[in-house]
Amino acid sequence: MNHDRRDFLARSGKLLLLTGAAQVAFEAVLRGEPESAPNYRTTDHWWAMTIDVEKCIGCGNCVRACKEENDVPREPFFFRTWVERYHVPEGDIEHPEVDSPNGGYDGFPEKYRSGDGAKSFFVPKLCNQCAHSPCVQVCPVGATFESPDGVVLVDRTYCLGCRYCVQACPYGCRFIDPRTETVDKCSLCYHRITKGLTTACCETCPTEARVLGDLKNPKDPIHEFLRTHKVQVLKPQMATGSKTYYNGLDGSVR
Amino acid sequence: MSALFGHKEHLVRMAALFGVGVVAFLILQALLVPKGFGVYGHYRAGALEENRARPIAFAGRAACVECHSDVPEAAKGGRHAGIRCEACHGPLGAHAGDPTEKKAVRPDSKVLCARCHAANVARPARFPQVDPAEHSGGEACTTCHKAHNPLAPGQAGQPGLAPGQAGQPGGMETGGAK
Repeated sequence: MNHDRRDFLARSGKLLLLTGAAQVAFEAVLRGEPESAPNYRTTDHWWAMTIDVEKCIGCGNCVRACKEENDVPREPFFFRTWVERYHVPEGDIEHPEVDSPNGGYDGFPEKYRSGDGAKSFFVPKLCNQCAHSPCVQVCPVGATFESPDGVVLVDRTYCLGCRYCVQACPYGCRFIDPRTETVDKCSLCYHRITKGLTTACCETCPTEARVLGDLKNPKDPIHEFLRTHKVQVLKPQMATGSKTYYNGLDGSVR
Repeated sequence: MSALFGHKEHLVRMAALFGVGVVAFLILQALLVPKGFGVYGHYRAGALEENRARPIAFAGRAACVECHSDVPEAAKGGRHAGIRCEACHGPLGAHAGDPTEKKAVRPDSKVLCARCHAANVARPARFPQVDPAEHSGGEACTTCHKAHNPLAPGQAGQPGLAPGQAGQPGGMETGGAK
C-alpha cells in the first residue's frame, strides 16, 4: 500500500467536490493558459461584446457551444444565446418576419428565395450585460446583480424563482431552468473570462462576428472597433446601459 | 418637573423593551443575512466565486496549439486560418486536460461544411456559399478541399492566391469540383 491517509482524503475530497468531467476540466484549467486565474481582479475589467451583423452567417455554432459550455437544457428550448433570422420587405422595417428555429441550434433551413424583394440577415442575441439592468432592479432578494467587472450574474443558491426578472428583461434573455426552478441567463462565460479565456460563443464563432472585449483594457481591440464602426445597442430608448454593441444593425431589429 | 420624572420605572421598562427589540433584531439579522451579503453591493459576495467555479468545456485555441502546432502552420494564410479549433472539432477541454481521456472525432465534412457554406439568402452575399447537392453530388467536401486550408481545388497550396480572390462568391466552385 503506497497510498497514505492524506492522499486518500485529498483524492476522495476532490472527487466529491468535482464530479468526473468537472475534475478533468479543472485539470485543464490548471494546465493551460488560465493559470492567471488567481490574479484576476474584478476592478481591472469592464466586459462588453461587439456583434457584427454583417459577418454572421447563421451557422449556429454559438448556440451549440453555449449549451455545451453552460449546461443549458436542450429541450424544451431554453437559450442563453440564440440567433434570429430577419426577413424585411423592402423599406417596410416596421413589419419584419422573424424566425429562430430551435434558436438556430440546428442552423437555418433555407426558406426564402433571393430576388423576392426583401432582405434577409441573421442577428445573434444574448444578455446585453446592461450597466443599469432592469432585471437587477426588480429582484426582491439580491439574487441577480451587476458584478464589479460589468457582468450581470445570477446567485442560484439565493434565487427564489419568482420570475420578476424574466418579465423585466426587455431583451427576453432570461428563463427559468426547469431542473432547479431558478432563473438562468448568459453569464458571459464568467468562469472562462475570469481565467483568461474568451466566451464559448466567441471561441467557436467562425467569422468572428462576435468578439468579447474588455473596456478597461486600453490595448483591447474593442476600442478600435467601437471607434471605426457605426454601432448601436438594442432598444437604446430603454436606457439600460447595454454593453452589447451591434455593427450593421437594421432598424427592423427589436 | 417631578410629574415628568415621578414614575421613572415606566421609562426604564420602555427602554428595556426597546433594548430587547434591538438585540432580537441584531440576532435575527446575523442569522438570516447570508455571509458576504453587501460587501460589493446588494448581493452575496460568494456568488461571484460560485459563478467562476463552473467547469470549462472548451479548452481554447492556446491549449490546442500547445500540442497541435502543425495545424495552424498548415492553415497559415488560408481562409480558415482565423477559425479556432473547437469551432469545428467541438468542446475538447477534457482532451486538453488528459489527452488519453477523450479523443477528438474527425467531423463529417458533408455535415460540418454545409453548416456554414450551404447557400442561404440570409447569409452575407460575399460569403462563399454553394448548393451542396449540386456542388459535390454527395461527395465528401474533403475529397477536393483541405479542411484547414480550403482554397479551390487545383489551387490548393498555391501561395500566390490572394485571399480576396478565394473569397469571391462562387470562388470555391471555379476549380471544377463537379
